[in-house]
Amino acid sequence: MQQLRLTRTRRVALIGLAGALAVSLSACAESKREEGAGGGSGGTMIFGAAGNPKLFDPAFNDEGETFRITRQIFDTLIQNKPGTADLEPSLAEKWEPSNDGKTWTFTLKSGVKFSDGTPMDATAVCFNFDRWYNMKGAAAQSQMIYYGDVFEGFAKNEGDAGGQPVYKSCEAKDPTTAVLNLNKAKGAFPAAFTLPSFAIQSPAAIKQYNGDTVTQSGDSFTYSEYANKHPVGTGPFKFESWDQAKGEITLVRNDSSPTPAKLDKLIFKVIPDENARKQALKAGDIHGYDYPNPADYGLLRNDGEQVLIRPSFNVLYLGINQSGNPKLKDVRVRQALAYGINREQFVKSKLAEGSEVATEFVPKVISGYTDDVTKYPYDVDKAKQLLQEAGAQNLTLKFYYPTEVSRPYMPNPADTFTAISEDLKKIGITIEAHAEPWNGGYKDDVQKFGKQDLHLLGWTGDYNDAGNFVGTFFGREKKEFGFNNPELFQALAAADASPAGDAHAKAYQEVNKKIMDFLPAVPIAYPTPAIVVGPKVKGLVASPLTDERFNTVTVS
Amino acid sequence: MNTLLNKKKEPIDKLAAASGRSLGGEAFRRMLRSPVAITGGVITGLFLIIAIFAPLLEPKDPDVHYLGDQIRPNFIPGAQSGFPLGVDDFGRDFLSRLIAGAQQTLIVGVLATLVGVLIGVIIGGLAGAFGGWVDTVLMRLVDVMLSFPSLLLAISIAALFAKPSQWTVILAVSMIGVPIFARLLRGSMLSQRDADHVLAATSLGVKRGTIVFRHMLPNSLGPVIVQATLTLATSILEAAALSFLGLGDPDPSRAEWGLMLGKASHQFLDVRPELAYYPAIAIIVVALGFTLLGESLREALDPKNRR
Amino acid sequence: MLRFIVRRLLQAIPTLFILSILVFAWLRSLPGGPATALLGDKATPEKIADLNRVLGLDQPIFLQYFKFLGRALTGDFGNSLVSTQPVMGEIVTFLPATIELGVSAMIIAVVVGIPAGYLSARYRGGVVDNGVIVLSLIGVAVPVFFLGYMMQDVLAAPLGLPSQGRQAAGLDATAITNFAILDGIMTSEWDAVWDAIRHLILPAFALATIPLAVITRITRASVLDVLNEDFIRTANSKGLTQPVVRRRHVLRNGLLPVVTTIGLQTGALLGGAVLTERVFNFRGLGFLLAEGIERRDYPRLQALLLFGAVVYVLVNMLVDISYGIIDPRVRVR
Repeated sequence: MQQLRLTRTRRVALIGLAGALAVSLSACAESKREEGAGGGSGGTMIFGAAGNPKLFDPAFNDEGETFRITRQIFDTLIQNKPGTADLEPSLAEKWEPSNDGKTWTFTLKSGVKFSDGTPMDATAVCFNFDRWYNMKGAAAQSQMIYYGDVFEGFAKNEGDAGGQPVYKSCEAKDPTTAVLNLNKAKGAFPAAFTLPSFAIQSPAAIKQYNGDTVTQSGDSFTYSEYANKHPVGTGPFKFESWDQAKGEITLVRNDSSPTPAKLDKLIFKVIPDENARKQALKAGDIHGYDYPNPADYGLLRNDGEQVLIRPSFNVLYLGINQSGNPKLKDVRVRQALAYGINREQFVKSKLAEGSEVATEFVPKVISGYTDDVTKYPYDVDKAKQLLQEAGAQNLTLKFYYPTEVSRPYMPNPADTFTAISEDLKKIGITIEAHAEPWNGGYKDDVQKFGKQDLHLLGWTGDYNDAGNFVGTFFGREKKEFGFNNPELFQALAAADASPAGDAHAKAYQEVNKKIMDFLPAVPIAYPTPAIVVGPKVKGLVASPLTDERFNTVTVS
Repeated sequence: MNTLLNKKKEPIDKLAAASGRSLGGEAFRRMLRSPVAITGGVITGLFLIIAIFAPLLEPKDPDVHYLGDQIRPNFIPGAQSGFPLGVDDFGRDFLSRLIAGAQQTLIVGVLATLVGVLIGVIIGGLAGAFGGWVDTVLMRLVDVMLSFPSLLLAISIAALFAKPSQWTVILAVSMIGVPIFARLLRGSMLSQRDADHVLAATSLGVKRGTIVFRHMLPNSLGPVIVQATLTLATSILEAAALSFLGLGDPDPSRAEWGLMLGKASHQFLDVRPELAYYPAIAIIVVALGFTLLGESLREALDPKNRR
Repeated sequence: MLRFIVRRLLQAIPTLFILSILVFAWLRSLPGGPATALLGDKATPEKIADLNRVLGLDQPIFLQYFKFLGRALTGDFGNSLVSTQPVMGEIVTFLPATIELGVSAMIIAVVVGIPAGYLSARYRGGVVDNGVIVLSLIGVAVPVFFLGYMMQDVLAAPLGLPSQGRQAAGLDATAITNFAILDGIMTSEWDAVWDAIRHLILPAFALATIPLAVITRITRASVLDVLNEDFIRTANSKGLTQPVVRRRHVLRNGLLPVVTTIGLQTGALLGGAVLTERVFNFRGLGFLLAEGIERRDYPRLQALLLFGAVVYVLVNMLVDISYGIIDPRVRVR
């Protein structure tokens, strides 16, 4: 018991109890503050997270709650300028492609060390690329979603992996020069190097704690000791602990980081219920949380909280599965759906300020957006008429929506479903509601099995590229949309391959026009997700990509 | 023969017969004197009328987004002319939705209770009628059902269905009542097995089935009705809890009190708390009404309370 | 006495046995079959076949059942789909929170309910009695989750109480047993004890409402019964003073049915904990269960349902035994 007491860093109460002198009390309080000497003492920030992280090795992750934490522990070669989707140097001071786009040369910052003291040099960078490429095991490969998307294949594909690898080799020319050789050029680069999954991790720590071990039992994956307890990077914070009983992930400042934090400590407190997060913020239990309900903005502001609105980098759409109800193959029926939804009213009544009605599937800030597309303003009569022409007056559609989730592009799925389904009922369509938990079946039913006729989904851009939106949605035949339109697929492939600049934008503008004529889904809105922090928090910059880094934050 | 048997029904009946009034009649008269019973009766009566005639009573269509264009994320119009209780977060008339919700609540409550009574009566009746090993086995089963905390029992049943709906909710909630009704009926039938009128019928060669259906079951109905009234109250609450936990009907636009309450108390306590208060009051009052009615029925039918 | 206890312990065995059969049957009837339910929708046919082998679904049904029983008895319920952790480990980690909450709620219900019921019976028909009756009737009619939200929204701020969670975020408290109060006392971290108590107040009161209402009414009814019994009249006529009669006879005999009620109300507590812990973000078993329902985490549901039922059976067995200790007549029956 005695030992337990001594391991405790804060002994104020204990000493008070022992009747110690007031002098030692203040001395103790002092020592607590000194502990974090070196940087500024920005205090402790507690951030309300909506869910548990999956693990702390971003290579195996694709969801936001985990990335929010790993972004603080790791750095990428290139990063997004805070508050924008523009690129700026991070671990790499410079990056240069060859003319054919197959070779990328990175000039690294010198003297950077991982928090375990090992050097972050070209060898370490190449170790990371090699690690991803050579990853073994179907379980491990299946969890490397972003690697699969961008680099397409592994040295030896296992399980469902089957693409031709884009990666060829990586050479450490000297400690600060890493050269990446690819098998083909890709439009996603260099922006894709900002993806949190491609953060550079400590080779020593990965080796020591068997970072590559991933085992699968049923639907659940078990990760290595490295991924659960010992992630090591160069980011502003170091991982300290994950207390499952309390639901707290604690990070402390990493003084050896090239971008050290001002905060001493950053704690992520898992509070799944949105209302509870709001209550916790009001009570001062936490200093901020993500995706506040738009209904609460006013109240939060009245309480002095800061609601930081992110520029829209999202699109919310109503998916249409043409291999579902056969009537959906008729473009007139799809047009009727578009005319029949009062998107204006939905956006005004249910989405946050600054959100807009979507006219196509890429947000306005992305190059490739064009205002010159076919538009479908709210028109009940026209919708009914189109349905009649198509002989689809008595249409019954299975409409899927997710539960227990709040996405940046869809703060409240049930409300979104209600608004849209009620509109569709008005044009004479019978709606059969299907609610599925987001992680417990929705994504699979909708994207893998295509059980639905209609569904709600959206996308938050990973980087500034139209292909990251429309290419992801409509670039190939998918169960989600259930159509095969080779002309569209080819146009998208051509746009992706077109050289950056005006031609690239032009190509995507043409594609967007095509898409809005074909109408494979109905774009609903460009929502503006917010992040809210308390009055004492300073220095947090809201990012359109939800790429908030807490190194600049202080809590007074 | 019937008259002979009826005269010998139960000591209670003998008493009732002696005093020259029927049991039900006297109980009813006694209830009329009790303010508790009257309160319960009035509440349930009003609720039944509203629920049954809901479509006629709704001042507006509960599904139309009348003031939809006025809704903002943090603004929901309050009471105004034409909308005495204001509108919900889609601009639908809230009074009409509450009335429509009464019907939903009644359907779920009554059906869940009826299913519970039916299954319970079958189990309890079989156990009580046959006794022996049938009784032992069935009652063990009932014991085990009772050993699930009620909400957990409902949850486990509801979770069995891949696609939740109103019907799965009804089935899940009804299971809570099953063991209670089974025990009740069995106890009541066992107590009658050795009663005079049953023995008399048996000795006269009346078939067992006839005895069970003509004599034993009808005599057990009183307590079952009392328990059913009380179960209706809890059914309404359990159904609300299931819909709160996401095991309810997947259509979020249905006018149903539990759903309305769950949503509003989660989202709108700060924006427009009335959206939570009204359905809350409705649920509390109706549950209270059935409880009061059930309790006073029980008291009225209890021979101990005869004066 | 010993024979009574042994007999009562033995009686629980068939109940638990049938319980295990029911949970097994439940597992067999899950949507898509047990393997799909336990693996989630992402399962490939090969993985399902694998698990079917592990569960022994290709074997005769009674063998399957014994395999299931073996796993249940060794606490092997597989991994949670949500957290990927072994379910049994989760239960061990989260159980103390629920015990803390449940016991606090039960203490509130008993400490408030018994005196309220007693006073109500003693002053039958008076203002106190009517007030108590009305409140206890309303108490069971309020949806627990609504009450929780109201407490959070209306009471927390004015009372200066935390509205969610089990411990202040970032509080540096030593965890030994995961019982926050106990740990605090063991390590003399009094600030942690105080913090834990403050976090308990609102959810414990929300959870206590139904047991409180029921205990109050049972106490009232049973005290009224006792007051009418012959021995009280005898005691009165013997000339014993009122306080003595009340203490010796009325309370002692009147509380017997209350003991049973407390056992039965454990069930209400277990159910209520799902709602309360969900609303108050109180990380206990109810929280786990609510999350499991939302995510259709069947391994977790299976374990928690079985666990809840077993706990309930055991608590009622203990209540029966203690009842027998208090009241010798029961032993004979």
